[in-house]
Amino acid sequence: MNGWLKDREHLARMAVIFAGALVLFLVVRAVMVPNGFGTYGHFRSGALKDNASHPLSYAGRQACGDCHDDIVASRKGSKHERIGCEACHGPLSVHADDPDKMKPVLPDAKTICLTCHLENVTKPKSFPQIDPAEHGDGGPCTSCHNPHHPEIS
Amino acid sequence: MESLLHSVQGFIYPDELQLQWSILIVLYPFITGLVAGAFILASLERVFNVEAVKPTYRLALLTALAFMIVAPLPLQLHLGHPERSFEMYLTPHTTSAMAMFGFVYLWYLMAVLVLEIWLDFRKDIVLTARASKGAKRALYRAMALWSDNISERSLRIDDKVGKFITIVGIPSAFLLHGYVGFIFGSVKANPWWSSPLMPVVFIFSAMVSGIALVMLMYQAVNWYRKTAVQMSCLDTIARYLLYAFIIDFSLEMLDLVHRIYEADESFKTLDFMVHTKLYFSQIILQIFVGTLVPIGLLALVQLVSVRERARRIIYGASGVLTLVGIFAMRWNVVIGGQLFSKSLLGYTTYKMGFATREGLLPALILLLLPFAILYLLVKLLPPWPEGDLARKE
Amino acid sequence: MDSDRREFMKIAGAYVVLTGAASLAWNHIVAGEPEKAPGYDLSGHWWAMTIDIDKCIGCGNCVRACKAENGVLLEPDCFRTWVERYHVHPEDPEHPQVDSPNGGYDGFKEKYKPGDGSKNFFVPKMCNHCAHSPCVQVCPVGATFESPDGVVLVDKTYCLGCRYCVQACPYGCRYIDPRTETVDKCSLCYHRITKGLTTACCETCPTGARKLGDLKDPKDPIHDFLKEHMIHVLKPEMATGAKAYYNDLDGSVR
Repeated sequence: MNGWLKDREHLARMAVIFAGALVLFLVVRAVMVPNGFGTYGHFRSGALKDNASHPLSYAGRQACGDCHDDIVASRKGSKHERIGCEACHGPLSVHADDPDKMKPVLPDAKTICLTCHLENVTKPKSFPQIDPAEHGDGGPCTSCHNPHHPEIS
Repeated sequence: MESLLHSVQGFIYPDELQLQWSILIVLYPFITGLVAGAFILASLERVFNVEAVKPTYRLALLTALAFMIVAPLPLQLHLGHPERSFEMYLTPHTTSAMAMFGFVYLWYLMAVLVLEIWLDFRKDIVLTARASKGAKRALYRAMALWSDNISERSLRIDDKVGKFITIVGIPSAFLLHGYVGFIFGSVKANPWWSSPLMPVVFIFSAMVSGIALVMLMYQAVNWYRKTAVQMSCLDTIARYLLYAFIIDFSLEMLDLVHRIYEADESFKTLDFMVHTKLYFSQIILQIFVGTLVPIGLLALVQLVSVRERARRIIYGASGVLTLVGIFAMRWNVVIGGQLFSKSLLGYTTYKMGFATREGLLPALILLLLPFAILYLLVKLLPPWPEGDLARKE
Repeated sequence: MDSDRREFMKIAGAYVVLTGAASLAWNHIVAGEPEKAPGYDLSGHWWAMTIDIDKCIGCGNCVRACKAENGVLLEPDCFRTWVERYHVHPEDPEHPQVDSPNGGYDGFKEKYKPGDGSKNFFVPKMCNHCAHSPCVQVCPVGATFESPDGVVLVDKTYCLGCRYCVQACPYGCRYIDPRTETVDKCSLCYHRITKGLTTACCETCPTGARKLGDLKDPKDPIHDFLKEHMIHVLKPEMATGAKAYYNDLDGSVR
């Protein structure tokens, strides 16, 4: 055996183990790194699809208007014109997909209006607010106001 | 949850209610600190030829290895998905301090500790293999990589390579623990952590805790084996501990004075926290009991002549207090950094479980585990100067 | 104590199951999938949000809609968006009184008296979808990232649950979902905006205080909004490139 190597042979054995471990690591890494990792940046590109494929709960006002064009028309020019339908009626994508599958429940006119219009010092001054003890006769708001066009002419 | 909500003082962002990093994350810098400190002490003998600390060289190395093996366990236990931790090796994010830790850890464990120990113990391993039979022989032969060469020249070469590894190992040890400090110090969102001093403070506190641990282990081992402690060795280690401690404490005070003097927007919030929720762990445990008292005790030995027996007691006491103080320091960094809201308007509370995944029980087990591993390592590779007892049978 | 032990056993059991499940999940991850949503140009958008403090009435619609749309737990420490109420004495902006009971999910009961000389307003909060996100910077594996269209997203199948990102977010916008043991945060309703819809919070905001905007679309009204108002982002000193733009944000807001 080569004289130089003779007393370094045990070190060579250790070096082979380290080199082997390194190669193994590189091979395992090459196999295990998820597809599409790094395509758009340091992440798995499939994660974009994962995030985009979450199911909808709110259908969006466009979908509501596709069928309920009469309501859209009735809201024209009112202060409530630009409020999303589901802001009051709740998430209705199931209804929008198949109107027979789910019927929306009519919001309770005594509470839903107060969600926004109950007096509170923190609300912007310009926003119409009422104290139900002083405003109206204690009945549902809808007895005087049309929620889709609340202005009393 | 309800009780936690009621313990909130002032305003916190709603998602801040629960602490994300538990006592396990306190353990992790504590344990890596012990590793780095013990290794740096061991390196003194090797690189700077400090003869006096030689009796602790091998013990310090094995201690470092035992704690190093345990170091990643609290992290694993804390992860929401431990089975995904290998992703750090697959797709390490180069901008993440944490991702690089995986590589620093592997480098330090394999390229530094394991290699250095192997080279240093190779002669003992081969001799044990020669003197044993059966399974034991097979084990030691494997540990020697089936090499039987312990010629003068090969051992001289080992020593040279070992010295080189130690020289590489010292910056590696600094890197290992400086890195842990950087993980916290680089979080700009958290004023309690964000500080360029953090890695430096971590390195010096690591040295303090590692030196204290080896000092205690050396006494404990000699007491257990009923052998005599070399006082010159103990005195030297205690002196190094004092020096490291003074630097560590000065750095921490520098950080503190700087914060008090600058008194930026976070100061009042943090100051209130230190005087209330962290008062016991920071002021009492870390600064007073865990720093000033041991520094005072160690300085006393330097200033007046103290008898040997009393010195041993002082070293033992200051060693234990030091470890308590450094643990408290890790606690105050990790837990303290999460008790106040990033809105700087309120505080939450840390509720530690007991037999939960991140509770006190697993933390205690993880703290004791290195000692069990060290016991096995010592059985496998006796670090005593007289060599393997089994060989003499 | 007993419940502690029970939880411990539960977790231990879960781990055995998890390892099995993990190998299955891994196959899904390695297989990869086409990333593009049909008809959506990934490079054609740069999403942002405008929030008009002058219009927020603290109704909590956004908080409720967000939880419903995204299946966010109803726990009091799991929010992708929440609303804060500020009560500031004008001479002492450094010490505002702030609260956010259940994140504003149930609205805000009157707490302060009118005419005490204080300034009062609501501040809706959410992920700022920063262009230089500290959370993305610290994620060790690339499980949270800035998408090419400017949204900070989480890869739930890849997240380790190390929580470093939670620590790194200056705005407190991240939490751990105990069901998946991974991090969760506002996705800017990525599943909606890639289909041409607006986010659930914007869809249900009755006053238009929140508006989704596409900075790459020259016709988007966001450009006018940013031009015509005094705009501020949260904690600008953090230099995160925050893309939640506030109109009329008070200096006392943290």
